[in-house]
Amino acid sequence: MKIFKRLIAGGALLLPAAVSEAAEGGAAVPDITEGWHHLWQELLLDITIIGIIFAAVTLYLLIRYRRRKEGEEGKASRLSPLASLGWVLIPAFIFLADDVFLAAKNFELWNKMREVPEGAYEVKVEAYMWGWDITYPGGATATNEIRVPEGTPIKVSLTSRDVVHSFFIPDFKVKWDTVPGMETYLWFYPKTAGEHVMTCAEFCGVLHSSMHGKVIVMPEAEFENWIEENTPRNKEA
Amino acid sequence: MSSTMVTGSVETHHAAGSGFSLKEWVFTTDHKRVAVLYMVGAFAAFLVAGIMAILMRTELASLGPTVTDNPSAYNTWLYFHGAAMILGYQIPALTGFFANYYVPLMIGAKDVAFPRVNALSVWLFWMGIVVALLTFVIPDPPDIMWTGYPPYSIITGGNTAFYTFTVLLMGFSSIAAGVNFITTIIYMRAPGMTWSKLNIFIWCTLAAFIIQIIFVPVLGVAVTMLSLDKYLGTHFFNAAAGGSALIYENLFWFYSHPAVYVIFLPAVGLIYEIVATFARNRIFNHMKMVYYGIFGVLALTGVVWAHHLYTAGIPNWMVLIHVFTTLMISIPVGLLMIGLVGTLYKGSIQYATPMLYAAGFLFLFLIGGLTGIPNAMSAIYMHLTDTYWMPGHFHYVMAVSMTTAILGGTYYVLPKMTGRMYSETLGKLGFFLFFIGVNITFMFTLIMGVKGLPRRYYDYQQFPELEWMQQWATIGSYIILLGALVVLVSWLHCVFFGKKVGPNPWGSRSLEWTHAPRPPSGNFGGR
Ligand code: HEM
Ligand SMILES: [Cu+2]
Ligand SMILES: [Cu+2]
Repeated sequence: MKIFKRLIAGGALLLPAAVSEAAEGGAAVPDITEGWHHLWQELLLDITIIGIIFAAVTLYLLIRYRRRKEGEEGKASRLSPLASLGWVLIPAFIFLADDVFLAAKNFELWNKMREVPEGAYEVKVEAYMWGWDITYPGGATATNEIRVPEGTPIKVSLTSRDVVHSFFIPDFKVKWDTVPGMETYLWFYPKTAGEHVMTCAEFCGVLHSSMHGKVIVMPEAEFENWIEENTPRNKEA
Repeated sequence: MSSTMVTGSVETHHAAGSGFSLKEWVFTTDHKRVAVLYMVGAFAAFLVAGIMAILMRTELASLGPTVTDNPSAYNTWLYFHGAAMILGYQIPALTGFFANYYVPLMIGAKDVAFPRVNALSVWLFWMGIVVALLTFVIPDPPDIMWTGYPPYSIITGGNTAFYTFTVLLMGFSSIAAGVNFITTIIYMRAPGMTWSKLNIFIWCTLAAFIIQIIFVPVLGVAVTMLSLDKYLGTHFFNAAAGGSALIYENLFWFYSHPAVYVIFLPAVGLIYEIVATFARNRIFNHMKMVYYGIFGVLALTGVVWAHHLYTAGIPNWMVLIHVFTTLMISIPVGLLMIGLVGTLYKGSIQYATPMLYAAGFLFLFLIGGLTGIPNAMSAIYMHLTDTYWMPGHFHYVMAVSMTTAILGGTYYVLPKMTGRMYSETLGKLGFFLFFIGVNITFMFTLIMGVKGLPRRYYDYQQFPELEWMQQWATIGSYIILLGALVVLVSWLHCVFFGKKVGPNPWGSRSLEWTHAPRPPSGNFGGR
């Protein structure tokens, strides 16, 4: 994992990182949050390079060809048929190659994001104007606070009681809409204990911006205790 | 396109146009007057929607209530800002104002094909503006954002019908204009004005109108269904009765993504005209840019809409297709940019105000385009969508870039429209304030998005650490406001006190500049 992090910090040369990840994990749970950061860094590098090249050329031309004396005319000559086609096909090919490369990278991560790992702990979340109702497998419930055990992939099943909302945990880089009449889902992988903001990302009316809560990642044992105490049948007993 | 087409002299036109008659303006069918009507309406919408932006930015400058303690007020400002900026300002400025002013002049026609339909278009547009402005008068204004997603738009106490009617009026106006201009460009070209001689702006406008008449009806249907659901009890989007909100989301974006190109194409066409004129250069690879750039956009524009919906609950195969098509559309757009930058090569660039705006466009659109690439990629999009990254991206790529085209384009035609020259000092001052302001505001907007701040938030208690960035974004917006005021002053100054100029102050080689300023009704020495 350390090597992996160092490579991300390095920014460039990210291909080997993908390989090491595969080699290391095997059937392990993919870390999609890490994967997001990784692809994001790569993408930032990609667009920064294109941006700098384009901006530098533009700036150079803007300065180099400023008008120096009155009545001066531009001197560009007509492109030859070959050059004119080349100026379409070559850039198009470069863009296309970059697009295919990016699409491939994207799907690699996307597939992981959409495939819930086996053994994930499932939590049901129902969105409403303006809050989140949470139900655990044993029947425990909560509002606006999702407690989850650390080190376990969490599947969140999403429904909506009224309008479209969107369940968003910025720290884990995951988000999905809750749509009336549909059950949607996302999953994330909380590796260490801690608290994270969870908030609504689809406009849902007056208090849209107040529709937030917390994801509380707890040490496994603590979580077991909590769920034990809050499961209805245990409460009654 | 020879100068022999120029007849009539400056004096006769002034005589013909002297004295203001309200009746003449209301009943006008002259494309140049219709253009002015569009211009006034579009900039009025820009002004009011801009005031809403300033109100929002001020509200966001501190945690908790700042201007208002009522989130609904913020939501209404945002609704109006989004709807009016797109439907009331950018589309009408580009496909109304500039299309009307330039198309007949550039192709050598006396007027548009159907001058009365043209008058109908502009007055439908004005009715749309009035209905939109009623937002501030009625007791229960729309609060559904310019996207109007159901079921919220159906269950809200806000008046969704005003949204529906605003969109329908603007939509009918666009369809009428589309039929008119497509016919004009096909049938009204002067003898000898063959397709390959057409200005690139004409090609762009043609493509924009083709998009409009294909896609606007879909939006019209979608918003009509909204009001049917809300007021007449149908269940198109009601899940409990077997409908689906996703139908609306798909229909909405099926139009509204192409709408981005309705704005982009004429804007980029204008920038081409400006760059070619001020660099005194031939357009780089002209016809190839038309065939591959413009037609490439046209070909792909209808198959990328679902990139707005990757996380909305659509089937995965749709995501896969749209990731690819969306990335592909970077190719024709990239070609159009290469054509623009290439036109600078070996040119002789004169930095008058319109050219400054064009240069600004090259950088702003570059940032806008590049920040779009992460959005195309569904896995990255999952975090970025519906955060401040999106307004950051689309203000760069559309709001601000296309505004440089509109403002630059307006400075460019001003001497033709008024027969007077604006002040370069004021023009340049306005540009630099605008350019600096937008970069401050929207760079911070982008960064706040990466940090995870969702858009359309009246307040951000859950992200207190972002307050300082919000404040910088607000400071930027005040600089933009200052710039906009300078622009307005410079235009008024030009209209009333500007120095008189001859027919071709820019030394352009294009047809529309070869006849006198303030061309008469009927254009080319017409009666
Ligand atoms: C130049 C000054 C401008 C400023 C300071 C500004 C500011 C803003 C702000 C603060 C928001 C709301 C962010 C949020 O709460 O989600 C917004 C949204 C928006 N703006 Fe602007 N804006 C400007 C110009 C424009 C222009 C020229 C357009 C033209 C297309 C435009 C189109 C939009 C749209 C479509 C939205 C989204 C509305 C929605 O979320 O439904 N803006 N702008
Ligand atoms: Cu919500
Ligand atoms: Cu919400």
